[in-house]
Amino acid sequence: MGRNPVTWLGSPTFPDAARRSLGDTQLRGNLRKATTTIRGKRESAVAELDDWEQLRRAGEAVKDDVLANLDTYLERLEAAVSERGGVVHWARDAEEANRIVLDLVRQEDADEVVKVKSMATAEIGLNEALADGGVDAIETDLAEVIVQLGEDRPSHILVPAIHRNRAEIKEIFAQMPDPPDSDDPRALAEAARKYLRRKFLSAKVAISGANFGVADTGSIVVVESEGNGRMCLTLPETLITVMGVEKVLPRWQDLEVFLQLLPRSSTAERMNPYTSIWSGVTPGDGPQKFHLVLLDNGRTSTLADEVGRQALRCIRCSACLNVCPVYERTGGQAYGSVYPGPIGAILAPQLAGDLHDEQAASLPYASSLCGACYEVCPVRINIPEVLTHLRAEVVEAKGKRTPEAMAMSAAAWVFGSRRRYEAAQKAGSLTRLLARGGNLSSLPWPGSKWTDTRDAPVVPKESFRTWWRRNRG
Amino acid sequence: MSGPRVALFPTCLTDTAFPETGKAMVRLLERLGCDVDFPLDQTCCGQMHFNTGYAELARPMARAYADVFDGYDYVVAPSGSCAGMVREIHPTLCPTSPAVERTYELSEFLVDVLGVVDVGAHFPHRVTYHPTCHSLRMLGVGDKPLSLLRAVSGLELVPLPQAEQCCGFGGTFALKNAETSTAMLADKMRCVQDTGAQVVTAGDNSCLMQIGGGLSRLQAGVRPVHLAEILASTQEEPWVATP
Ligand code: SF4
Repeated sequence: MGRNPVTWLGSPTFPDAARRSLGDTQLRGNLRKATTTIRGKRESAVAELDDWEQLRRAGEAVKDDVLANLDTYLERLEAAVSERGGVVHWARDAEEANRIVLDLVRQEDADEVVKVKSMATAEIGLNEALADGGVDAIETDLAEVIVQLGEDRPSHILVPAIHRNRAEIKEIFAQMPDPPDSDDPRALAEAARKYLRRKFLSAKVAISGANFGVADTGSIVVVESEGNGRMCLTLPETLITVMGVEKVLPRWQDLEVFLQLLPRSSTAERMNPYTSIWSGVTPGDGPQKFHLVLLDNGRTSTLADEVGRQALRCIRCSACLNVCPVYERTGGQAYGSVYPGPIGAILAPQLAGDLHDEQAASLPYASSLCGACYEVCPVRINIPEVLTHLRAEVVEAKGKRTPEAMAMSAAAWVFGSRRRYEAAQKAGSLTRLLARGGNLSSLPWPGSKWTDTRDAPVVPKESFRTWWRRNRG
Repeated sequence: MSGPRVALFPTCLTDTAFPETGKAMVRLLERLGCDVDFPLDQTCCGQMHFNTGYAELARPMARAYADVFDGYDYVVAPSGSCAGMVREIHPTLCPTSPAVERTYELSEFLVDVLGVVDVGAHFPHRVTYHPTCHSLRMLGVGDKPLSLLRAVSGLELVPLPQAEQCCGFGGTFALKNAETSTAMLADKMRCVQDTGAQVVTAGDNSCLMQIGGGLSRLQAGVRPVHLAEILASTQEEPWVATP
């Protein structure tokens, strides 16, 4: 098995990558503006429903049922899709999924495919794998077009080009056959429309992801805003859908819950503009060949972790990114994965499955544990809980001999007895440990990390307990 | 008639670095009729260890907490973060105990348990309030601290823009991701300064240490003062700034 491409090869650790993006004033401005706007809108969209909390709980319950009975529902889905004329493939990892898709594209003699925006195909690096096989994968979601033509990486789940502003987009679109003549949103959209129209009409094969797959009916659901997805899903002769196994839903009615939770959380809309649903193949209508690739790629091993598995409830709405104070400052690329922000910090390391990797191991620490993500998550993923859980796994993977582990043991030893605690307090070392972030000589972080930008509190003349003993003891 | 037996859990940070907050807790709670004690065997709730990935090292601290605070009617902490650690996390580390269930953050204790909003305080300053993340989202203290502040005579309360944004402290986050933490702090300080307040208050000394540390570096002329110190201040015994 090759390396799981869910985290980008050669990415620096989060603190290093963050340092770079924090210095990018353009990026900071773009992100602040974008996240502040969407945050406010989501709040009002959610406030319209009195049963929002019940909806969240219902979403959580359905997803937990799916995770507990995944095999049953997947088999049901496979049967339903096959019965309606689709072909189901199973892919253990990225490599296998990419090979299946490439073979299918080759069978159709296509050297170009159009793509619906999809996280699963980004996760497995499908575009790169297809390119290696001589197939051009053309992204058709407007933001994905910006990322693809800019030879850039995505920085947000829903709006992968959130880090770009209009002027930058005009520059990137200059390479189109009919480039935009201004950075007016209308002109930019028109240029993209002309560029994409040609692609839609000539493509023989389309590739998509899936938001949901209904086990009972074999229906696949894709929600989107632009209608470009709808073009891909209806025009080409062949449609290949790559779907993470956790996206299965038991029943058709379950969509009622998720089609309310998702648009309000992600785009702050009551309903998303385009909801495409298809079940297998319909003769004479839409693609006449349909392949569903069910992707594991680290999901079943994530499922084995009792605390960590809740990350698989995620419906990729990106609400947690939009409210995250860390994401707002560093942007998505600092996470070094297609899954950025709070969900990325818990999902990417689990899917990658290797906490010995420095970059993956840095992700669970990319949070102040403020809890804003948990508060908004439509399927109630307790992200702070998973973060501390994964931190414990990182600590275990690193072993007891790291400077940090030794300092933590020393601190625990001090806290383990009143006598030692009071001695450390008197020596002033406890103030430094607690307030300056560990200027104890054995602690790994230089106290200067604190005092670079903030003043440390002055060690008081006497501790509270000394005062208490003097006055009350 | 004697009031409830209340154990103070000032937290190791306040005990060690912010004794004035501890003294204020004693004055305030005794003024409100509580029988206050400070069990000397207490040390730390284990939050720093737990949040950094050392749950195993935090476990004995959680056990010790239950032992030390057993037998009191209530345990009160001037920290949403440590009270949250005790109430939400301790039960995952060791069998829960009455001490854990009876642990309150200060504003919760005053409003929910003692049922007071006007604690008879006097604090003639312009104040802005930062709701700390754990008090807000882990404990759900809501606007209890604000109701307490509104009832303080002489106090002019000015709203803090983007109040619910994290100050960037996050324990060891402030060190492991120092630059990001500083960027978050910068925005928080800008919001605090925009209010024109003389005093920024909160229910957690850890966050105040972050905000106050940044403001003092800027010579911003805004003082961090813990909520307990404001509520303890009276006309007769007014709050005095410590150097
Ligand atoms: S973790 Fe929750 S809030 Fe974040 S993207 Fe997934 S569903 Fe949305």
